[in-house]
Amino acid sequence: MKALRNFLDKIKPQFEKGGKFAKLQSTFEAFETFLYVPNRVTLTGSHIRDANDLKRTMALVVLAMIPALLFGMWNVGYQHFLSTAAETGDIWQNFWFGCIRVFPIIVVSYVVGLGTEFVFAQIRGHEVNEGFLVSGMLIPLVMPPDVPLWMVAVATVFAVIFGKEVFGGTGMNILNPALTARAFLFFAYPKNMSGDQVWIAGQGDAVSGATPLGDALASTTTPGSSLTLPDTMDMFYGFMPGSIGETSTLAILIGAVILLFTGMASWRIMLSVFVGGLLMGYIFNWVGANAYMEISPWDHMVMGGFAFGAVFMATDPVTATQSTKGKYIYGFLIGFFAILVRVFNPAYPEGMMLAILLMNVFAPLIDHYVIQANVKKRRKRWAAAQVAA
Amino acid sequence: MSSEKKEREPLFSLKNRKLITAPLGRDNPITVQVLGICSALAVTAKLEPAFVMAISVMAVMGIGNVVIAALRNTIPPRIRIIVQLVVIAALVILVDQVLKAFAYDVSKQLSVFVGLIITNCIIMGRFEAFAMANKVWPSFLDGIGNAWGYGWILIVVAFFRELLGSGTLWGYQLIPNAWYIDNGGFYANNGMMILPPMALITVGVIIWVQRYRTKELIEEN
Repeated sequence: MKALRNFLDKIKPQFEKGGKFAKLQSTFEAFETFLYVPNRVTLTGSHIRDANDLKRTMALVVLAMIPALLFGMWNVGYQHFLSTAAETGDIWQNFWFGCIRVFPIIVVSYVVGLGTEFVFAQIRGHEVNEGFLVSGMLIPLVMPPDVPLWMVAVATVFAVIFGKEVFGGTGMNILNPALTARAFLFFAYPKNMSGDQVWIAGQGDAVSGATPLGDALASTTTPGSSLTLPDTMDMFYGFMPGSIGETSTLAILIGAVILLFTGMASWRIMLSVFVGGLLMGYIFNWVGANAYMEISPWDHMVMGGFAFGAVFMATDPVTATQSTKGKYIYGFLIGFFAILVRVFNPAYPEGMMLAILLMNVFAPLIDHYVIQANVKKRRKRWAAAQVAA
Repeated sequence: MSSEKKEREPLFSLKNRKLITAPLGRDNPITVQVLGICSALAVTAKLEPAFVMAISVMAVMGIGNVVIAALRNTIPPRIRIIVQLVVIAALVILVDQVLKAFAYDVSKQLSVFVGLIITNCIIMGRFEAFAMANKVWPSFLDGIGNAWGYGWILIVVAFFRELLGSGTLWGYQLIPNAWYIDNGGFYANNGMMILPPMALITVGVIIWVQRYRTKELIEEN
């Protein structure tokens, strides 16, 4: 450890103003602060009330995603061996197979995304932000296991540049970068992002690899077909095909507990997303025009990316609303629209992605009206107090 | 008029050359004035229609500016917009008929957008801002310059959209068939490039590059 510190101290002058590699200053700075706590302290009065900086926040969120990631790896293997009936794997075989499939996606996402961030930091001469640490982990988790790696790379570049950098980098973005990447792939390469051929890695020939959402969709578009969903508890544990990290609601809930316990995510948003989704589910139950509408609202919660979106995507502090009331409205509408899009629009099986992106765009507007309402209320109270006095 | 007393200005004086070159970069109708965006989004999915559209707009603007400049002293100011519209409409109908006669397929692809040249803000803008106050020859140059400034953006956008979205250029297959996933390869066309949002983003990237290189264009805020 000491050697590393000495090495950094030795090469540091070369990266400072006038040094040989002055242009790469932000790159050096990023690596140095990643390895060691910076020794700079605030000299004047400051507002910081917690030692929690961006790096630690990001690390905690990544930690919260680990259960979903580990389960996802196991499930990729499990679904593979399930579809190729000839061979069955035990738990380690499953995990190992999934690991080999998932790991390259993670590496590509991080290398390409951080590479883009470094390039932008160099050109603009600002420090490299840690924002991509979370996005880089979220992107693999929302990909189908069979997605070609170059598509992941293209989507990551697109998401980092057009989802984040054009708005001014980390903390300034309007849209969630990981969801931007997924939406980009969904519209650019629909064949590799939807249907019943992409959700199981190394899929057996005779098996349909449709997700429960895909099945539900087929029941509305193919006349005369009936809808049989997997057991609710199976879907809760996550034994179904789907994107890598989104299948197991249980693993996601463990992540949610970590996020809430450490105070990283807003419980208001999480809760209201589920409330909104359940309410819409019950409304559809009440209408009950087709088999899809009659699905239990609780099944909606455990199918597809609903839980994942609610816990990890909707709560992104940058793109969500900031005001307390706004958080309830924002979350509620996400859940509401997610189920609405799912059931009503056969072209888009995953409503959660579109609902969150839509509400990301509306979040500043919601905040604006919440604040205006508060201003109005206080002004009225003041006027009443003046009259009384 | 009194122009015979003055020394005749050369046809391609510095001022006249500026009329053609300024709209290509610093005064570009699309990237700087942000006019004519709707047709730039609609016709740029393929190179061929974009090129034909650029030529059509050039014809309408070149001739239209000449007509308006020639009539500028006889048009009563109160009804000038109607007169301008009549001129544009007549020219657009001519262009539409010519396209239908000689390039039927492309005219099919452009469909309603040839007719919508009438509403292209660039044309009305140049009539009002330039042709109503300038002589015939400079007006002609200004029309051609602005149309070409509009056209080259269209062509650049269409180049990227067709190449990445369909794997073709001017209808010729550029990406080898064996590369595609369906044929055992690895490649797939980017379906999003064909959708209008990507045209907006491509235009945005051009604006971005231009402002990065010409800092004076960046607005203060």
